[in-house]
Amino acid sequence: MSNIGAPNRPPEAGAFFQRDRDWHPPAFTPGYKTSVLRSPRRALLSLNSTISEITGPVFGHDMLGELDDDMIVNFAKPGESAIGPRIMVYGRVLDERGIGVPGVLIEVWQANAGGRYRHKKESYLAPLDPNFGGCGRTISGDDGSYCFRTIQPGPYPWPNGPNDWRPAHIHFSVFGHGFGQRLITQMYFEGDPMIWKCPIVKTINDPQAIEQLTAALDMQATLPMDMRAYKFDIVLRGRRSTMFENRREGN
Amino acid sequence: MAQKLDRLKESPSQTAGPYVHIGLTPNFADIGGVYPDDLGAAMVGDKTKGERITVKMRVIDGAGTPLKDALIEIWQADAAGLYNSPAERRGAADPHFTGWGRRATDMVSGECVFETIKPGRVPFNDGRPMAPHLTVWIVARGINIGLHTRMYFGDEEAANAEDPVLARIEHKVRVPTLIAQRSGDTYVFDIQLQGDDETVFFDI
Repeated sequence: MSNIGAPNRPPEAGAFFQRDRDWHPPAFTPGYKTSVLRSPRRALLSLNSTISEITGPVFGHDMLGELDDDMIVNFAKPGESAIGPRIMVYGRVLDERGIGVPGVLIEVWQANAGGRYRHKKESYLAPLDPNFGGCGRTISGDDGSYCFRTIQPGPYPWPNGPNDWRPAHIHFSVFGHGFGQRLITQMYFEGDPMIWKCPIVKTINDPQAIEQLTAALDMQATLPMDMRAYKFDIVLRGRRSTMFENRREGN
Repeated sequence: MAQKLDRLKESPSQTAGPYVHIGLTPNFADIGGVYPDDLGAAMVGDKTKGERITVKMRVIDGAGTPLKDALIEIWQADAAGLYNSPAERRGAADPHFTGWGRRATDMVSGECVFETIKPGRVPFNDGRPMAPHLTVWIVARGINIGLHTRMYFGDEEAANAEDPVLARIEHKVRVPTLIAQRSGDTYVFDIQLQGDDETVFFDI
């Protein structure tokens, strides 16, 4: 079993900080039409985390294939590669206390450079790239750091308003140590004017929260004559120390 | 001025969108050759201890239509009531059971099927036993932040009656929204996103 938490310390088992529901998008957001019939209307039942949310499965680095974190080549024919601007996306997974979180499974998916997804229900005019599948995954290192290579996805139109477009984005599924930390979000690209026009982005009320999902172009980390770098840190729910938890004797 | 707490904000959620399968169940989405298997597809092996059960789930929208593009993950204890997790302090769980499953709902029927084992009971924070349950997390197009709920077992009436979490539901008429009914070895669990029978969702 991999070493979870800071080295030489036992795994953490505290309850999670409560989610800031004003920072996250609400369920019912009529500007994003699909949410209208898919949004719970009753109040959520709020509870302190139990062992069922504090715990979670472990994903070991040994489950990863050599090319899992390289979407430029992981679907491509031998010797070929996906079409589009070559980029690396890197950053750290932290929790709300600012502590790097190791062993986090990060799964990503995206459209190709033309804005087309490889999916049977997708019908956009832009062509498929025979060398691009659109999925990748990695697991964060001891300090929470992660990195993967891909091509910059294109923007694309989608049926919502008569002329709505998604900004270029990469979907992120983030699996921390506890099932209560489970998170799916999207990464946007610094300077993209489409961000502020998108009904899905606008489900988030606070502009600072939107900026938190916008990766910064990092020319220092950029590889000369190869690929640009975008930095995207991800923050998971923090957890309280068990030292001060209510607990029964011997627990 | 007091010292700053220096906390970060959790990354805000965004919808999983209609193509969540590409990232999380690529083989289900006919993107073969990248990963050998879809993660969480097989929960139970020959050596797993416990009673084999089948759980059929659907997610139903406010118009009564099952979602054909949802993704459901479950997390559960082993047959002895232990989680296979580093944060489990009470003992070692069955090494042949991860406790975690992931399924996309069928693109035609909207149903997904988990082949698993019935979990044992685990303690609530005050030490009282909770009834056996699956912890359930649902994402889909149109769902802005993943929904947490639980599935309890209809043939565990006595345990359900004393479950401290079910006891927190003020309107008792809503408790059955969390209880799957058993027929043979199969439990059926419909998750209602809206309406009179809206499932109880958790902020937990």
